[in-house]
Amino acid sequence: MDSDDDFNSQVSSEDMDLDLNDADSSVDFGANDSDVDFDDEFQDEGAFDTQDKDMKQQKKAFEVDFKVYSPEDIQAQQDKQVAEVATLLEQPHEQTAILLRFARWNKERLIEQYMDNQEEVLEKAGLGQDIARDPPRIETVDGFVCDICCEDEPGLQSFAMKCGHRFCINCYRQYLGQKIREEGEAARIKCPGDGCNKIVDSKSLDLLVTSDLTDRYHELLMRTYVDDKDNLKWCPAPECVFAVECGVKKRDLSRIVPTVHCDCKHDFCFGCTLADHQPCPCSLVKKWLKKCEDDSETANWISANTKECPKCNSTIEKNGGCNHMTCRKCRNEFCWMCMGVWSEHGTSWYNCNRFEEKSGTDARDAQAKSRQSLERYLHYYNRYANHEQSARLDRDIYFKTEKKMTLLQNQSGLSWIEVQFLENASQALQQCRQTLKWTYAFAYYLARNNQTEIFEDNQKDLEMAVENLSEMFEKPVESLAGLKVEMMDKTSYCNRRRIILLDDTAKNLKDRKSRTESESGDEGMLTMTTENWEFNVELS
Amino acid sequence: MSAPLPKRIIKETERLQSEPVPGISAQPHDDNARYFDVIVEGPGGSCYEGGVFQLELFLPDDYPMCPPRIRFLTRIYHPNIDRLGRICLDVLKNNWSPALQIRTILLSIQALLGAPNPEDPLNEAVAKQWKENQPEAIKTAREWTELYAKKK
Repeated sequence: MDSDDDFNSQVSSEDMDLDLNDADSSVDFGANDSDVDFDDEFQDEGAFDTQDKDMKQQKKAFEVDFKVYSPEDIQAQQDKQVAEVATLLEQPHEQTAILLRFARWNKERLIEQYMDNQEEVLEKAGLGQDIARDPPRIETVDGFVCDICCEDEPGLQSFAMKCGHRFCINCYRQYLGQKIREEGEAARIKCPGDGCNKIVDSKSLDLLVTSDLTDRYHELLMRTYVDDKDNLKWCPAPECVFAVECGVKKRDLSRIVPTVHCDCKHDFCFGCTLADHQPCPCSLVKKWLKKCEDDSETANWISANTKECPKCNSTIEKNGGCNHMTCRKCRNEFCWMCMGVWSEHGTSWYNCNRFEEKSGTDARDAQAKSRQSLERYLHYYNRYANHEQSARLDRDIYFKTEKKMTLLQNQSGLSWIEVQFLENASQALQQCRQTLKWTYAFAYYLARNNQTEIFEDNQKDLEMAVENLSEMFEKPVESLAGLKVEMMDKTSYCNRRRIILLDDTAKNLKDRKSRTESESGDEGMLTMTTENWEFNVELS
Repeated sequence: MSAPLPKRIIKETERLQSEPVPGISAQPHDDNARYFDVIVEGPGGSCYEGGVFQLELFLPDDYPMCPPRIRFLTRIYHPNIDRLGRICLDVLKNNWSPALQIRTILLSIQALLGAPNPEDPLNEAVAKQWKENQPEAIKTAREWTELYAKKK
């Protein structure tokens, strides 16, 4: 625990915040690590309590505001908006709902367009000129023949919306069932009549279909509502019914990584809905995943089995025993062993002893350079993959944790509450590994400057802390009780290192923009002394 | 296929026989009333004029909630019809309405022959030719009509 001593306690939130603000100017953020103040109450309470409290009290740079909604909340939200707009437009509830769905829930634009040209908007939304004020109903019309099934028996029940396209209710039902069940449509189901754009409103629908379909229909309506709203997203976890609201816009994604926490305990990125990938911005994540998808194994193989032609850099696999290589592409002849030009080998064929030959050294240098980028990628990839794998292994341990906890209760007489530290530790491990994993993808795209070093220091500290904790976790169950305090310490240290790393990275990412802005604006207006992230690629 | 034939299909078939559409014929198979042999004549004034095109048409179980399935059997050089004879036509897909019928669909197909739409291609190569060198494309279409779609 030697290196941990500085961190045995928590930075008071105010101090932390001050430090962070200072980092804007020229204070070296990394240097602040060692002289943090401690929060007294930390010692008395469990590590997680303190941290939770801290997170709630002070918003860190890497945190975003968000809200989790249940399906009922979302329904209420829709109803409220429909009611609001309904009074404004003086339209009945059903019609307003259709209008809003048509406008993809952009209230302001709908109202504006409606005020400009009421008729056009109604027409486009499939409501026609005349607005139904009387409720839809099923009728029996004399001499009616259904155009869909050709039934014409007297007393046949039929239905038509205001467009007048009348069909028997069986066909109407079947049609709606097809649309809802098979095609997953809801908000924009049109009248079955050929070429008719009138949209089936939910009142008519409720009248016609059975309750199981109505449920599905309303679920689909809800889904389109969330899909249409930029600030709402469904939690991507399987079986999860919650949606999350977050104000982070698409254009902000190069400056912020908006991780949100659903009530189902799933952490995901609001920007791309992938699992939490802080501190790495969405665009880099996408690039990285794509790269790994087609590169990792191939790159490994290339690195192990091939060399590049000293002249044209084509990748070459040696497929015979002879060292006399002829590049298929540029016809360059060279020696596989020393990479030198073959003609300089003179008469000493198949026996490369010309190590000090200049052309060979140059070729090997060039080779090394071109290999460097591959090696660099592999360096980051291996560490990334390792954390991913370790996280999986840690997760296995997590599942054993509960078993361990029961064992612990029996053996040491500790109560269930008292062994919570194991679960906390395991959760911390998961979270930190997830972060660490993405720091490597992030680092791959970073260009080297002073910031990178601070980042790497933070990364190193977190990594060491995580490995320490992970190791403790594997100790025999009997000894775990005795390690409780130490384990709690290490857990909270890990969490703290993670927060520091994320906070520092997030701040720098945010500042990047303001820096470019001040550069492009009036010159000399603002000169920032802090060095910011520079990337090898565009953050688009 | 042992389920009784819906009234709708019976009526449609009857009407196709009693009031045939000029230039179009659809004949159900004796052993399968949902399967039709279709003949569409190339519309006058188009590059398919004089051609007699064979198609097959099948009414799935869900018909008329789902569109009929139709395919050209005769080879044809057309940007919206691919080598297997499949047809890219909105009313056969998204814009299908159960109020449409076999006769209306076949009329739409005939109209498609009269007005190829290379902007919404199914057959990329043909569409490309159609856009870049229309006279040449039309010439090929005529040749193919001559070659594959002449009455025997």
